[in-house]
Amino acid sequence: MLRFVLRRLVQLVPVLVGLSLLLFIWVRALPGDPARALLGEKATPEGLARVTEAYGFDEPVLQQYVTYVTALLHGDFGNSIQTGQPVTESFLEKFPATIELGCAALLLAVVVGVPLGYLAARHQGRPLDTLVVSGSLLGVVTPVFFLAILLKLVFADTLHWLPTALRQDPRIDATHITNFYVLDGILTQEWDAAWDAIVHLVLPAVALATIPLAIIVRITRASVAEVMNEDYVRTAEAKGLASSTISRRHVLRNALLPVVTTIGLQAGLLFAGAVLTETVFAFNGIGQYLFEAIGRRDYPVLQGFILFIAIVYSLINLVVDVSYGVIDPRVRAG
Amino acid sequence: MSITLPPAGGPPVTLGLPEEEIHGVSLWRGAFRRVRRNPSAIAGAIIVAVFVLVAVFAPLLTPYAPGSAEWSGQVTPTSVPGPSADHWLGLDRFGSDMWTQMVYGARQSLVYGVVSTAIGLIVGATLGLVAGGFGAVGGRFGQSVDTFIMRCVDVMLSIPSLLLAVSIAAVLGQNAYSVMIAIGAAQVPIFARLLRGSMLSQGRSDYVLAAGALGLRKKRIVVSHVVPNSVGPTIVQATLNLATAIIEVAALSYLGLGASDPAIAEWGRMLVAAQDRFDVAPRLAILPGVAIAITALGFTLFGEALREALDPRTRR
Repeated sequence: MLRFVLRRLVQLVPVLVGLSLLLFIWVRALPGDPARALLGEKATPEGLARVTEAYGFDEPVLQQYVTYVTALLHGDFGNSIQTGQPVTESFLEKFPATIELGCAALLLAVVVGVPLGYLAARHQGRPLDTLVVSGSLLGVVTPVFFLAILLKLVFADTLHWLPTALRQDPRIDATHITNFYVLDGILTQEWDAAWDAIVHLVLPAVALATIPLAIIVRITRASVAEVMNEDYVRTAEAKGLASSTISRRHVLRNALLPVVTTIGLQAGLLFAGAVLTETVFAFNGIGQYLFEAIGRRDYPVLQGFILFIAIVYSLINLVVDVSYGVIDPRVRAG
Repeated sequence: MSITLPPAGGPPVTLGLPEEEIHGVSLWRGAFRRVRRNPSAIAGAIIVAVFVLVAVFAPLLTPYAPGSAEWSGQVTPTSVPGPSADHWLGLDRFGSDMWTQMVYGARQSLVYGVVSTAIGLIVGATLGLVAGGFGAVGGRFGQSVDTFIMRCVDVMLSIPSLLLAVSIAAVLGQNAYSVMIAIGAAQVPIFARLLRGSMLSQGRSDYVLAAGALGLRKKRIVVSHVVPNSVGPTIVQATLNLATAIIEVAALSYLGLGASDPAIAEWGRMLVAAQDRFDVAPRLAILPGVAIAITALGFTLFGEALREALDPRTRR
């Protein structure tokens, strides 16, 4: 088991090295002089000199790469051109918001999606199934930001049922320890702050959850349908086991394998979706910060954030791989 | 024509069976027939056909030019003229004809979608074929080429595809080409993996072994046998990717990375512009958004139906 995990970890290393190389080249692929490209309109002779020295643009390329990687390994991902704030710092500051949003969306997708997919498979061919399949298809093709805009405009701006933007009502004086607003509210026992944070999460989470929900529904449905045709289910029925027992002990356990893998893989979609959703709702996470960085071409931030996201995504995939190995012994062997 | 058995002391016997029951149906003809019978596939095909026709014949469908903002005088902060005889879908907030914008937007989406998918397909398939070809041939050199290429693909896959497209577009500048290259690049890993997998699995199949045993050279086997068998799944993937590409083009526009020329109508940009006039004219947001969704739906339905039709497991 440990060997399996270690093997997967080792396979991760060349990918991360490749990533760092890719992003290294990426900044230098900008048209013109890298220092000038980084500073853009704010280029002054002193600024240019400072950036050139800081990034080592006048050094040989190999030397630059070594400096870059050394800095990365020390957690130094550069500083924002706009604010001067270290990229690592701003990432860690804003990441909890996106994690909260992502977890809320994933929770929604799983809690609604798995039962729906199961029911659709059990009632295959009947109206419920058709409805679920059509709905999930629509969910996959509707652009996240369109849905987000619609939700916001209908439920927030017009009906005023839910807040329009932000993570929390600025009028509530909330204490923030971990930057996970809901958790903070619970930890400090400021229940109104916690509730307010939850309320602000609803619309963005619903918008973000749509695509993962649709995918989970489809995978669950396909998987359950396949398992239900297996011989061991027929044997269980022949043995006279109660329907609920069969469902629980045989069908669900085996059907959920591909579903679990899929859930892990949604992380990538959630990151991408988060950029769009957070922008619509002015939700102060890495997605929105990335959007702003794109707008002002803040390349160190773009480079650093994308690297961070890729690392997190790779780690999540690693965990999914390992968990798949835990659940299914056949994977461990191969 | 029916089968004739060789005469054995009697007149030739024909079994009277139709041609196809005897000779079998080709993969594509069989697939075509199954797609024809599938209602969602037909729906998808119709949507795709309408989309393509509208995109191609855009100038014929509207007398106006896109992004002209000619009627901006009629637009006020509290009202945007709705559908009328002159303007079938009304005006947009800048004073351009909405129908023209929608129609030319379809054209943009088609061009962007097709070109980026083509880039992804060509580059990705080449990489995949090379990797799979070397990997299937074996040997230490072959394996290492395969592994190297696949590691590069893994690196690209470690960044969520939209963010990959975003980073490339941010570097290449705000024009049409950067969008197409960016989205195309994000699709390369998908095709690379697909083709490589296809090459490797077919390398182990019986007919390849048989061809080798017959003395066919490897290159001949690959070109005449393996590649044609990979075409089906590739087309399916390309269709599905086209759906994704159309959505991602709109997403990039939403993030401010698309072409900035106002004369180019693009559904994603229209969505951005429509947001703050939603209470006054919701159709400005709903029309492009629904258009994106329906177009992507069409390609997805068709692609999925094609996949099911080509799947050997479900064929008779």
